[in-house]
Amino acid sequence: MNNVRKQKRANKSLPFFFKDEFKVSFVIIFISTILLISTFSFDIVPPILNRGIQPATFPKALLVLIISLTLIVYFLSTKKPWKTEKKLPKPFYLTLISFLLFILISKTLDFFLAISVLSVFVSYYWGERRFFYLLLVSIIFPIIVFIFFETILGLRFPPGIITNIYYQV
Amino acid sequence: MENLLLMMAPLFSSKLLLVLFFGTLFGLILGVLPGLGPTTGGALILPFTMTLDPLSAIVLLTSIYCAGTYGGAITAILINTPGTPAAAATCLDGYPLAQKGEAGRALGMATVSSTVGGIFSVIILVFFAPLLAKLAYEFGQPEYFALAIFGLTMLASIGEGSPIKNLIAGAFGILISTIGKDFMTSIDRFTYGINELSEGIGFIPVVVGLFAISEMLTQSTLLDQIFKRVALKAVKLPSLKDYKLTWKTILRSSGIGSFIGVLPAEGGTVASLIGYSEAKRFSKKPEEFGKGSIEGIAGAEAANNAATGGAMVPTLALGIPGSATTAVILTGLIIHGVRPGPDLFREQPEFLYGIFGAMLIANVLFFIFGFFGAKIFARITLVPNKILWPMIFTVSVCGTYSLSQSILDVWIMIFFGVLGFFMRRYGFSVVPVIIGLILGELVEGTLRQSLVIFDGNWLMFFTRPIALTFFILSFIALAFPLLRSKKNKK
Repeated sequence: MNNVRKQKRANKSLPFFFKDEFKVSFVIIFISTILLISTFSFDIVPPILNRGIQPATFPKALLVLIISLTLIVYFLSTKKPWKTEKKLPKPFYLTLISFLLFILISKTLDFFLAISVLSVFVSYYWGERRFFYLLLVSIIFPIIVFIFFETILGLRFPPGIITNIYYQV
Repeated sequence: MENLLLMMAPLFSSKLLLVLFFGTLFGLILGVLPGLGPTTGGALILPFTMTLDPLSAIVLLTSIYCAGTYGGAITAILINTPGTPAAAATCLDGYPLAQKGEAGRALGMATVSSTVGGIFSVIILVFFAPLLAKLAYEFGQPEYFALAIFGLTMLASIGEGSPIKNLIAGAFGILISTIGKDFMTSIDRFTYGINELSEGIGFIPVVVGLFAISEMLTQSTLLDQIFKRVALKAVKLPSLKDYKLTWKTILRSSGIGSFIGVLPAEGGTVASLIGYSEAKRFSKKPEEFGKGSIEGIAGAEAANNAATGGAMVPTLALGIPGSATTAVILTGLIIHGVRPGPDLFREQPEFLYGIFGAMLIANVLFFIFGFFGAKIFARITLVPNKILWPMIFTVSVCGTYSLSQSILDVWIMIFFGVLGFFMRRYGFSVVPVIIGLILGELVEGTLRQSLVIFDGNWLMFFTRPIALTFFILSFIALAFPLLRSKKNKK
């Protein structure tokens, strides 16, 4: 209880730009503004072909709505601050890194390898140390799923160093 | 009579019975596992439905929906963690009752009230969906636009969390639907030269990302959490005394759940909370709520399962999903070339009544599975997260890839997973994004076509009585949370 109070007090004393309310609102408004600017580069339909409104009008209206509502959310948060969230633990960041690894490996090396690396990485850092279970999540289970998808759905997975060997066999 | 026979069709088809059997079993497993649920499960199984005929595919999805909603109660009662958000209210009394050594009684009541709620809602579905579909014949483009807006405002208003944040999430969902070629003029929007984006962003990568991958990230923050499972000998059917005490609550909650389900909102989650609070309000012993009241369990469980049939009403009659899971079912219908709406009732009654019949059977099946197998299903929660979630990731990746055979879809799934995690962390519900995405094309299309009909005059919307009614209802839906918070302050 004391810890929560301390954290709340600490949050109150932070400058506004360090508070979650500001950071979240800023990110939403910033991205929405960039998207809004990009809508001005959409092609314009000549009046003779145009039915109703221009293709850019609807997304523009949505983005303006999102920005306006976010401003309201921020304004309301100055009166009633958000609940302070706990700091994210190390396994969260490691899982996030494993997603990046997955994207990198699936793009450059192999889709299957990417799944195996992510599975073994996540399982290990989440606390699994037994060799059989690491083998199960990283090799045995993905192979079963691959074969299942391939035979039942007739799916062909993207080429890569391991997948190519499988398809050649 | 003819319709009743059509409803019985699944009973006479061994293939449909097998699909129902596996769908119910799979739904229960999904419901039991915290973090997973019928929405994620439905989205993951969607690629496999391509190997089935349309009726079997939708029967599979609906049986997952019914059984998954009930399955959440098993974990809620035995480990005090709702398997699905819809079972959150069940924890309040289910776990305290289980701690008193009455886990079997709590599960028995949850099973019976879920089944009654589910069957009640299917009856509502059978009577209401055709009526709503007939009414929908009166709807033109402006009415559909107003209806979609009403759906989104209802979602924002009675959905989980802040209404304004829900509106932002809904608008974001609609914005995602605008990515790709404009369907009226074929002009690229937000594609930034990426050819794969011209076709737009698929529904499945977004759903799997927002539900499964974001949940994986959430689980990574909860690794030190220890579940204490209450021992269960066997599920007990409620006693005559329990029936006498709860039958009114079960019926009331079934009605509430069906009604909430029909509204385009978060279906079971909201229904169970209202069902629970109404059970407390009408109870002769409200002081027992939160300490193991059997009425509390009945109120929450009857309501959340009743919402399943209710949520199918607008999905089938209007093509507007009543919950996140029905949005997945709607996608399943579209993928299989079935267009929900009034024409479906006229042209394919055997298809529709087959679904109704299958939902009825699924409710009976999960009663049997739940009654005899709750102890086994509860053991599934013992699968450690460090093994379970990498496996779910593998299935998510392959399932997402399989629909369009596009690696970009997999990356989009991961992007939405990370986004979904942060959205939930800062109080933005992900359900409006899903509903917004699926309604996006309808909202934009009907708006633009209406403006063509009205020759660009926006005010003409208010000259159409049905559209005007929906706009007034939308306004009320938006004003309701404001009035409620002012009343609470007083």
